[in-house]
Amino acid sequence: MTNRVALVTGAMGGLGTAICRAFAKDGYKVVAAYHPELDKPEEWLAEMRADGFNDFITVAADVSDYESSRAMVAEAEAKAGPIDILVNNAGITRDRFFPKMGRDMWDAVMSTNLNSVFNVTQQVSSKMAARGWGRIINISSVNGVKGQAGQTNYSAAKAGILGFTKALAQELVTKGVTVNAIAPGYISTKMVMAIRDDVRQGIIDGIPMKRFGKPEEIGALCSYLSSDLAGYMTGATLNINGGLHMY
Amino acid sequence: MQKVALVTGGMGGLGEAICIKFAALGYKVVATYSPSNSKAQEWLRSMNSMGYGFKAYPCDVVSFDSCKACVEQIVKELGPIDVLVNNAGITRDMTFKKMTKDDWDAVIHTNLDSVFNMTKQVVDGMVERNWGRIINISSVNGQKGAFGQTNYAAAKAGMHGFTKSLALEVAKKGVTVNTISPGYIGTKMVRAIPQEVLDSKILPQIPMSRLGKPEEVAGLVAYLSSQEAAFVNGANISINGGQHMY
Ligand SMILES: NC(=O)c1ccc[n+]([C@@H]2O[C@H](COP(=O)([O-])OP(=O)(O)OC[C@H]3O[C@@H](n4cnc5c(N)ncnc54)[C@H](O)[C@@H]3O)[C@@H](O)[C@H]2O)c1
Repeated sequence: MTNRVALVTGAMGGLGTAICRAFAKDGYKVVAAYHPELDKPEEWLAEMRADGFNDFITVAADVSDYESSRAMVAEAEAKAGPIDILVNNAGITRDRFFPKMGRDMWDAVMSTNLNSVFNVTQQVSSKMAARGWGRIINISSVNGVKGQAGQTNYSAAKAGILGFTKALAQELVTKGVTVNAIAPGYISTKMVMAIRDDVRQGIIDGIPMKRFGKPEEIGALCSYLSSDLAGYMTGATLNINGGLHMY
Repeated sequence: MQKVALVTGGMGGLGEAICIKFAALGYKVVATYSPSNSKAQEWLRSMNSMGYGFKAYPCDVVSFDSCKACVEQIVKELGPIDVLVNNAGITRDMTFKKMTKDDWDAVIHTNLDSVFNMTKQVVDGMVERNWGRIINISSVNGQKGAFGQTNYAAAKAGMHGFTKSLALEVAKKGVTVNTISPGYIGTKMVRAIPQEVLDSKILPQIPMSRLGKPEEVAGLVAYLSSQEAAFVNGANISINGGQHMY
């Protein structure tokens, strides 16, 4: 089905870009949601065009803000039509050991990584249900599943996403709308590649597969989850972490 | 190069759908079947008359020697195995109170020991060639338990323990090992359940109120076998219509 519309938040980041490209290859109309201050849409679009991706539609929002998210989805629908696939991918880290973590760091991560999922999903889920088809994919993290020192905020928000995913999956389960979470391990985005060499090597040594994942590998999983054949999978957490955590 | 995919229990409901999917993706497809299956040649003829070009070999997955001989022959005739789907399985349902040692053994042998027997024949070659996919078909009942299935749930849960450990051992070698845990899938076996039992007992447990389709499980196997799924390792992937989320 090629007329489907996919909305990706945090679209101009490392994973978001790969997800947008995977969807474009699947023939979807792709709406890339970016943050008005954090991202550079003109540069990104130029980069995409250089690689032959000419059709991305862009919309801006601070997804930690409900009203901004609402307006963004309305704009996306006006530009592209009803949203069939939503990937909640926008996210940040504010790492610090708990005794030193400021309440502001907690709040920033909660509102960007977890409240955003409420803010954006609420704009599209009922309409997906009314049309009888939809895919909601929430990007969690291995650290939400297993916990990580220095990330009480991030682990809480990413684990919270899993609770949300399972509950909403049950609400929409007879409506043709699936809700699933992807829990990536370390993926070689700019953020991860910016880690100091020796520290980065230490991380790699801890991954049984001895490498980082590639953003395209997350894109391919989003692509699978969005397909019709994935219609019986809902409420699931898909781990893609090179063997870093198994349970 | 055309990859070789081997599916144990390849003539069953799920196995057949998996074979068909692999064929559509251009794999050389080998189905193994239980030597006691008298309809194997018939199945093969009917599939191949539809143009699939499957190969089929008898293999008693309970027997290490049978697996060894079977895989040796396959490798000789078709080349090394790139993708192994451990799909053969049986049920012997009854409450623990009534379950005999035979019922226990049959299920553990067929569903769990078989995974050792088959994987053992292929994994070294995969490691040497630096590429391989091992996909173990477990069950939602291995994750959550089920009344009357102490044997089946033990075997299926055991499978994932195997998956995780082997995944760790071969992670550096381009080989992934993963588990798929399907919920109720509308294979012949499940569709043979009387409609009123389906309606009153089974469908109410499934939030999606329907059985899964064999093709849906096959789609997941296809994804896991792909190049792009290379970073998925040691995972247990649920596909159950919302029946069990954890
Ligand atoms: N890279 C990894 O290894 C990894 C591993 C596990 C999970 N994740 C998760 O994957 C997602 C993407 O990560 P990434 O590595 O691509 O990071 P990234 O920093 O490259 O991309 C994140 C994007 O989110 C956007 N964003 C942040 N706050 C926003 C807000 N308030 N409103 C709108 N947009 C906002 C940013 O502008 C950026 O474009 C995140 O949720 C992250 O937690 C990443």
